[in-house]
Amino acid sequence: MSDIKVSALRHVYSAGTPFEKVAIDDINIEIPHGQFVGLIGHTGSGKSTFIQHLNGLLKPSSGTVTVDGEDINADKLATKNVRSKVGLVFQYPEYQLFEETVYADIAFGPKNMGLDDAQIDERVREAAHFVGVPDEQFDKSPLELSGGQKRRVAIAGVIAMRPGVLILDEPTAGLDPAGCKQILRNICDYREKTGSTVIIVSHSMDDVACLADRLVVFNHGAIRFDGTPEEVFSQPEELRSIGLAVPAATELAMELRRLGVPVSGSIYTNKQLEDALLKLKRGAE
Amino acid sequence: MLKDITLGQYFPGDTIAHRLDPRTKLLLVIVYIVGLFNAVGWYSYAFVIAVTGMCMLVSKIRPAAAFKGLKPVIFIIVLTALLNIFYTDGTPVIEGWIITWEGIAKAVMMSVRIILLIVGTFLLTYTTSPIALTDGLELLLNPLKKIKVPVHEMSMMMSMALRFIPTLIEETDKIMSAQKARGADFETGNLMRRAKALLPILVPLFVSSFRRADELAIAMESRCYHGGEGRTRMKTLKMQGIDFAALLLGAAFLAIIFIMKRFGL
Amino acid sequence: MSSVIKIENLHYTYPGDEFESLKGVSLEIERGSFVAILGHNGSGKSTLAKHLNAILLPSEGSVKINGIDTCDEDSLLTIRSTVGMVFQNPDNQIVANVVEDDVAFAPENLGVPSAEIRERVDNALKAVDMYEFRLHAPHLLSGGQKQRVAIAGIIAMQPEVIVLDEPTAMLDPKGRREVIDTVTKLCREKGITIVLITHHMSECINADRVAVMSNGEIVADGTPQAVFSQVELMHSEGLAVPATTEIMWQLNKNGFALPLSALGIADCAKEIAKEIG
Repeated sequence: MSDIKVSALRHVYSAGTPFEKVAIDDINIEIPHGQFVGLIGHTGSGKSTFIQHLNGLLKPSSGTVTVDGEDINADKLATKNVRSKVGLVFQYPEYQLFEETVYADIAFGPKNMGLDDAQIDERVREAAHFVGVPDEQFDKSPLELSGGQKRRVAIAGVIAMRPGVLILDEPTAGLDPAGCKQILRNICDYREKTGSTVIIVSHSMDDVACLADRLVVFNHGAIRFDGTPEEVFSQPEELRSIGLAVPAATELAMELRRLGVPVSGSIYTNKQLEDALLKLKRGAE
Repeated sequence: MLKDITLGQYFPGDTIAHRLDPRTKLLLVIVYIVGLFNAVGWYSYAFVIAVTGMCMLVSKIRPAAAFKGLKPVIFIIVLTALLNIFYTDGTPVIEGWIITWEGIAKAVMMSVRIILLIVGTFLLTYTTSPIALTDGLELLLNPLKKIKVPVHEMSMMMSMALRFIPTLIEETDKIMSAQKARGADFETGNLMRRAKALLPILVPLFVSSFRRADELAIAMESRCYHGGEGRTRMKTLKMQGIDFAALLLGAAFLAIIFIMKRFGL
Repeated sequence: MSSVIKIENLHYTYPGDEFESLKGVSLEIERGSFVAILGHNGSGKSTLAKHLNAILLPSEGSVKINGIDTCDEDSLLTIRSTVGMVFQNPDNQIVANVVEDDVAFAPENLGVPSAEIRERVDNALKAVDMYEFRLHAPHLLSGGQKQRVAIAGIIAMQPEVIVLDEPTAMLDPKGRREVIDTVTKLCREKGITIVLITHHMSECINADRVAVMSNGEIVADGTPQAVFSQVELMHSEGLAVPATTEIMWQLNKNGFALPLSALGIADCAKEIAKEIG
């Protein structure tokens, strides 16, 4: 189990210099084990700062972060332990690969946890399997792989630590549509099979909307919305006002209602809109 | 955080110090260094400190910003001070001690000298954009072209290096965070272990630097870069009244230092 | 209308590769038009882009800019100043520590007199709405702003064509919009020919023409409406179609008869409303 609890979290960059900047302020949130959370906000909204607090990479200026009831900043050991409990995949993670082989790179995390060779081997294979890295690639240099393959190896490197919470910052950035789909499918598989908490950070609503149980919207270093996709997308005007696009299906539904087509229910995926329209058409006939 | 290092950083502004020709400023820095190394007594040091303070006032650089740049060299300063304290002969502070009054005096002087040296040169980089700086250097060294020294190429390389310092620092930060997230430990263990722990940072940094260099070369070629031949500049450097005035002041500074040295002040 | 770029039967194999990256591409680009080249990673679209200003030279076939063959070494500077190129990573194409110095880089290389460079730089920065940032340090700007500086750096060269090789891949939605709005404006108001390489179909909606590349060949070419209505083809190429087209296509599979040529939200809504009655 890995319940996350964040209370009154505040982080100030370059405190005491002319560049001082409050990145996030008074963040309170609980994320129970197993939830699939979409964390949305544009660049500079504080979402990246926030996730780096969840595994102790950044220390709060004030406030606390607990994982399983344990303050992760209590002492050095607690911070060290949380790194394997809360796995964080950064943006463009392919740029962090450094080992001579794919296998060794995926094994880096488990090795740092002090596991023995047999355990490491098991985890490397399991993680590689989750993200679709075939065994044949194990002995290759990560540099020989394509961009999408590299990214999968990097994600496997974090999954191999078997984190109860997996956080991914923009996992699909820069990939083509086919690559995006595949990565998102791998992540969903991982969650289904392990029951882990998954937090995806994104500025694209479309990708996340269909997957997440819960959406948390950051703006100016604070949580602006927090709820199910239905609840969040029922306020398209507010979302737009903070510079976030709503899914195309939502926009189309709004436009249709404006034209007098009685599209009912909350709509944020293509499927929902299609179903609603089919129902209307059948009703009309 | 690595981001706090301000080495070679330029603070845009519009003070007299910013408006001086980079060549003037380069010459003044040389004058300053020569002066500093010829300051022998407390009075000369006080004079150099006063001049440095005035330069800071004129260029509107806050002391905090100037001294922040000292952080990376604190180790060297402390080491120099310690060596001087322990290895200078003279009158012991307390009978039988190795520490002498002369040692303390020398340690203070050496530390002040290093600090002034760094603060002085930082004033140059704080008030001069790296491009202007390399332009100035290129023009000052121009006569060397006659003996086939690749002056343009050298100054271009320097300005590129300066341009990419902040980018690479940011990148190092990111890679370090990513590896820490995978449980890498850069803070504990003996020297050997720590050196080894740097590998996960250095390898990706090298790989990405090569990729950057490659992309940058293509981008520069796409923008018609073909070496220094036939190149013009948007901002042509011109020595003006204030430059000559500044150089005159520099000469006066040097003269005063040498006079003080003559009298052992 | 005359064409500014003429590509004929272009083949290209990277040194050391066994397979061809481009397998006989022919394409003419009309002066003043906005052409998008769409394709998944590895489709050869970036390789094609690099042929347009002689960074790569054809293994076979030819690329002509205003009638000048890119293999003509004496015309290299003419070609490169006619066809400007903006790349994916804004950090790796900005050469100076101050925005205006960076924009001045290309005209300086071309030996333009100082006073004229100043004028060109100011105009270029105004054209991309970055004039007020002229004295800023580029590394402190947002991704979208950096990319606009890079575009200004090209405009200062006064090119006839700007080729943008996945300029938005590393940007957030806001930055993406800034860049696309900027290039659309440059095309419509200043008559600069735009060639936009991308895998985001939403960025092609403003284009006059979309060419889809796959495995080193052009597999579809036409107006955005014509290309995106070939939904099956786009899917099989690993590309998405605009969300609205996707929805209309799904509805058609279930008994609707909607025209797939409608692209904008407003148009699609009108068509659907008409259908339901």
